[in-house]
Amino acid sequence: MKKKANSKVASRKSERPEPEAIELRLYVAGQTPKSLAALSNLRRICSEYVEQRYHIEVIDLLKNPALAQGDQIIAIPTLVKSLPQPLRKIIGDLSNTDRVLVGLDLRSTPGSPEAKAARA
Amino acid sequence: MATRTKQMNRPTNGEKSLQVLTPLEKAPTGVQGLDEISGGGLPKGRTTIVCGGPGSGKTMLGLEFLVRGAVQFNEPGVVMAFEESPEEMARNVASLGFDLNALAESKKLFLDFVRVEPNEIEETGEYDLEGLFVRLQYAIDAVGAKRVLLDTLEALFSSFANLGILRSEIRRLFGWLKERGVTTVVTAEKGEGTLTRHGLEEYVSDCVILLDHRITEQISTRRMRIVKYRGTRHGADEYPFLIDERGLSVLPLTSLSLDHQVSTERISSGLSDLDEMLEGKGYYRGSTVLVSGTAGSGKTTLAAQFAEAACRRGERCLFIGFEESVSQVSRNVASLGIDLHQWVKKDLLFHRAWRPTQFGMEMHLLRIHQLIQSLKPQTVVVDPITNLITTSTQREVRSMLMRLIDSLKEMGITALFTALTKGGSNLEGTEENISSLIDSWILLRDVEQNGERNRCLHILKSRGMAHSNQLREFLMTGDGIKLLPVYIGAGQVLAGSSRLAQEARDQAEAVARKNEVERKRELLESKRRALQAKIESMQAELATEEQQMERMFEQERQQERRLELDREEMAASRKVDSKEDDRAESARGGQ
Repeated sequence: MKKKANSKVASRKSERPEPEAIELRLYVAGQTPKSLAALSNLRRICSEYVEQRYHIEVIDLLKNPALAQGDQIIAIPTLVKSLPQPLRKIIGDLSNTDRVLVGLDLRSTPGSPEAKAARA
Repeated sequence: MATRTKQMNRPTNGEKSLQVLTPLEKAPTGVQGLDEISGGGLPKGRTTIVCGGPGSGKTMLGLEFLVRGAVQFNEPGVVMAFEESPEEMARNVASLGFDLNALAESKKLFLDFVRVEPNEIEETGEYDLEGLFVRLQYAIDAVGAKRVLLDTLEALFSSFANLGILRSEIRRLFGWLKERGVTTVVTAEKGEGTLTRHGLEEYVSDCVILLDHRITEQISTRRMRIVKYRGTRHGADEYPFLIDERGLSVLPLTSLSLDHQVSTERISSGLSDLDEMLEGKGYYRGSTVLVSGTAGSGKTTLAAQFAEAACRRGERCLFIGFEESVSQVSRNVASLGIDLHQWVKKDLLFHRAWRPTQFGMEMHLLRIHQLIQSLKPQTVVVDPITNLITTSTQREVRSMLMRLIDSLKEMGITALFTALTKGGSNLEGTEENISSLIDSWILLRDVEQNGERNRCLHILKSRGMAHSNQLREFLMTGDGIKLLPVYIGAGQVLAGSSRLAQEARDQAEAVARKNEVERKRELLESKRRALQAKIESMQAELATEEQQMERMFEQERQQERRLELDREEMAASRKVDSKEDDRAESARGGQ
């Protein structure tokens, strides 16, 4: 309910149709503190800020090392947003919520270029 | 892990002394010349940094190390590219005869392309580069890799904002690679005043190779230097190298030792007259001969004759011309009765000609090297080496020739170089000052006299033999070259028509001298006869005198005897008649 209402607001603001579901892949290598932190941060951010449907897949490279090549994974942990386009990658333990939101294009407000400039 | 990495990268003294005790194991590169200057290859199981500016051949060196490792030394490898995609890389090296894709398919190489788009990436909080390690481990396991190429690892520096993490991760990576025991080549861009832009050499201290690409007098030369190679002896000089269709080739300036085997076998110079001047046997096999002279003094002809003689012995000969085309040399020497063409057809003579300005110095010598390696000749002729000087500076030419001569000697190849001396300059000095490298030096010179120019030949030096010190006239005839003795007298050398004139004069003189002697002999004979006659007449006179004298003595003796008788008669008569005494006395007075 809440999600739907918010999504309507978002679509009104950007004058876009209903956004498609967000596909997220979190690459980790074993149960390291950084990986665990990243996963819990991701879950928190998604539940707090993501209004449309989303799907999180956790990929452990120690179990599936061949998968690292496809998404060009170097840093661990890396969060990849494959859908909707464009592809985005966020590396680190996702402790900075604002940056995660900017990185996931969830803040497509006029504030985002400034945020990018500040980051640069 | 972190402490372990530190230990790996900052070796203690204990580790150093261990290296002295057990010689460093090496992974041969298979790159022509590099194994020589590095004493056998790159440090096995360790990391080597190859640094240089853009286009200096870093990737090529790394790739060749990997490809040759996989093909020649049965050491599969992992190529991790950070800048070029595998397709680009495969295309770039396809021209060198490396088929990366085929090697990848046959599990000899694993190609992984790491592409990091900085604008796709957002950094939030702590991370590490475990993904890179995972990928490397996966790739190493996939082919059982012994060699790894990271090209160019520094691309990561533009991809990640947190340099602190990046540096510590790279440090960890090098330690990790060492632990895996893979021989790694890391390429890196050269920085301002530092070996690598991001100071990678701080993390790797086993071996650093610097590549350089510079332009001198509009001719580009690539150079390689082993800046550092811990625990091993290596050449510290700058070595020119080049990249051609066979990959990388490094020319070692000089081999580290001067201990090539020499032969006592003698081979003909192609000229029986010249052989005669060289103890009647010719040059030593494996020696280096220089034929220097002014323009048109017959250098090429002498070289062709030498090549012809080699082919006649059934040897393979490589004739490299920098001045005349193949057909031109053949035609010109054919007029002297030297048929080179027949040996070309019999695959004994390999005649190659190219312009000296076609490439830089290194390229020329490498081409010669490659020809030697593929054709395996016993004799090499380069005509003329002086033309190479147009392509480079004197020092370079000298060092290059030194290298060439050195390697020829090592291979036991007899070499003949011709050198053009400029008119008016010192005849006995070559421009390249290579005389000290030469074993036998034949000097051809023009002698200008009485309105004609004549060619003369003499042996300036020939190591290890009692060679002739004579100056000989050098004649080109329809039957090849002839060497004639020249006249040396009154401080000048006579050749050509003046020699002929001198010969005629000498002949006339000889005849005159002969006549004179004959005349004197006759004169003496007649004198002897006259004196003999005189002696005979005097002897006859003496005999007559002696006879007269004898007769006189006889008369004297008879007279004395008669006087004696008379005196006795008188004494007897005095006793009888004194008158008779007076008569006898008056008769004696009357006598």
